[in-house]
Amino acid sequence: MSRAPTGFRRERIDRGIKVRSDDIFALASLRDLSYLILPRALPVAALLLFPIVGRGISPYWQTVVLSTLVIALLALSWDLLASAGLVSLGQAFFFGLGGYTAGFLNSGLGLSPFLSIPLATLLGAALSTLLLFPLLRLRGIYFGMITFALPLLCMRVVETTGLLGGTEGLSGLTPLPSRTVELYVITLAVLVTAFVFRRLSTSDWGLVYQAIRDNDRAVVAAGFDIQRRKAQVVFLAALPAAFAGAFVTHRYQFVGMPAFALDYSTMPLTAAVIGGPGSFLGALVGAFLLVPLSELMREFGSLRVVVYSAMLLGFTIGLPEGLFRFAARKYGQFERLAPIEEPSHGK
Amino acid sequence: MGSEPFLRVQNLTKAFGKVLAVMDVSFDLPRGHALGVIGPNGSGKSTLINLITGFVRPTSGKVFFQGRDLAGLAPHQRVNLGMARSFQMARPFYNLPVYKNVVIPVSSPRSRKHMGGEFGDRDEAAIHLLEEVGFERDSAVPFKKAGELPHGYLKRLELARCLALDPDLIILDELFSGMSMSEIAGILPLLEKIKAAGKTLVMVEHRLRELFRVVDSVICLQFGEKIAAGPPQEVMAQKEVAEAYLGAEVTADA
Repeated sequence: MSRAPTGFRRERIDRGIKVRSDDIFALASLRDLSYLILPRALPVAALLLFPIVGRGISPYWQTVVLSTLVIALLALSWDLLASAGLVSLGQAFFFGLGGYTAGFLNSGLGLSPFLSIPLATLLGAALSTLLLFPLLRLRGIYFGMITFALPLLCMRVVETTGLLGGTEGLSGLTPLPSRTVELYVITLAVLVTAFVFRRLSTSDWGLVYQAIRDNDRAVVAAGFDIQRRKAQVVFLAALPAAFAGAFVTHRYQFVGMPAFALDYSTMPLTAAVIGGPGSFLGALVGAFLLVPLSELMREFGSLRVVVYSAMLLGFTIGLPEGLFRFAARKYGQFERLAPIEEPSHGK
Repeated sequence: MGSEPFLRVQNLTKAFGKVLAVMDVSFDLPRGHALGVIGPNGSGKSTLINLITGFVRPTSGKVFFQGRDLAGLAPHQRVNLGMARSFQMARPFYNLPVYKNVVIPVSSPRSRKHMGGEFGDRDEAAIHLLEEVGFERDSAVPFKKAGELPHGYLKRLELARCLALDPDLIILDELFSGMSMSEIAGILPLLEKIKAAGKTLVMVEHRLRELFRVVDSVICLQFGEKIAAGPPQEVMAQKEVAEAYLGAEVTADA
């Protein structure tokens, strides 16, 4: 930063327009109003318009946006778990269970995607919660290790038992009607999830999870059943992830062992860390940065993983608050030059 | 047996491997009574608290609270029956503002039933409780992150979190440790007020002079065994107690 001219100093001020009491919202001008509303409205409008406006762009980049939104859902799910102190290294577990449930409902029972996706969301999340329930006593790194192992375990179970198509997977599933429908379904899911998760995390309900993350025994001493609480948050977090799995199953008209692939665990985690954990919007920012970037680097092959890892390292060390919080903070501040007042000597 | 005592501890034993942390400890505590638990380091005081509150499962023995056998009840269930505890090592929610630390117990199932209240009311109730344990009302302290508080404040925060549960029994594990003399002097009247309000107190403590100003009776543990019980002055006069604990303490103090 350049030096301030003599007689002046740089002053950094937070914009003080969020004056807010119980029922009064004080807004000074249209400029302030747009200052508050635009950063919220523009991304939402862009997401909602993309399925229509985006028809012009190549189908390839449309699928990139789809994949981005899928990773975004998994990253939102990761962020909710992390906000309760449950660091998941295996988002693919939820994703795969949702995917296989949808595949089974469609190929086995012949349900249409509009029934199988919502049902697989609920059933997949319920199944994940049930399977994780005995493991919820684990904290910190131990929970992480278990979640890391679970998708790998599921993959081998499918492979060795030949259940649900075994190594072949289930194919020939019913697709969604059109690309526009696909885009709208996943876009709405992302928006609703982000909105609901943000609301929940700022409520009393979310407060208990922040407390569990800080010190779970003190939450027990406050009379809360943390085992039940953790099960609730796992179920809620598993919903969007299972939805993502079910959605991708119908999009590819196929579900198989790749549904438990490591990518579905590492990409959401990286996206959430880059964007900044704990804000949910950070997870979205991270996904929109990471997934298109990884597509651009496709020709580098597995060297991409090195780039993610480097980014993960860089952000963890250099900007632990993540891009979103950093940008939000800077957006709320402005700098100006203020004259330096001479200290008055004597009385 | 007649009418049930408020708290009955019956032949409570806990073995960690071959080490007997608590050995066949029994006592009855009437309602409104204040009991001190003393003993040298490693004598099983904290384990006894953990057994009563359910954080540790006993090897054998029973705990009855208001006539109810607590066997098999999880710690949070015991809390909701009216049993609050503080931790020896303060366990604040470091990343939450101080008053939100108290909002958590204020919104626990038990307090919600007793006090009611909505989202915003709970903040107010929490700040009021902090005031009660000696946080200055109009200062910025209740809005700081708990991780920024000095140790003495953290102990008082622990007490506020206990009171937030509106408990019948309050178990304080070394509340005074790490507090300055003036902080303790500030907290003593509050403890007497809590007693006067009919609450029952169990205090594990090393600061005996201050402890004896609050409690009606004490039990003394050594190597997990109860070696003495009775009014403070009588227990202190017993030879075993002096040998086990007070002798060492007195010389260390001198």
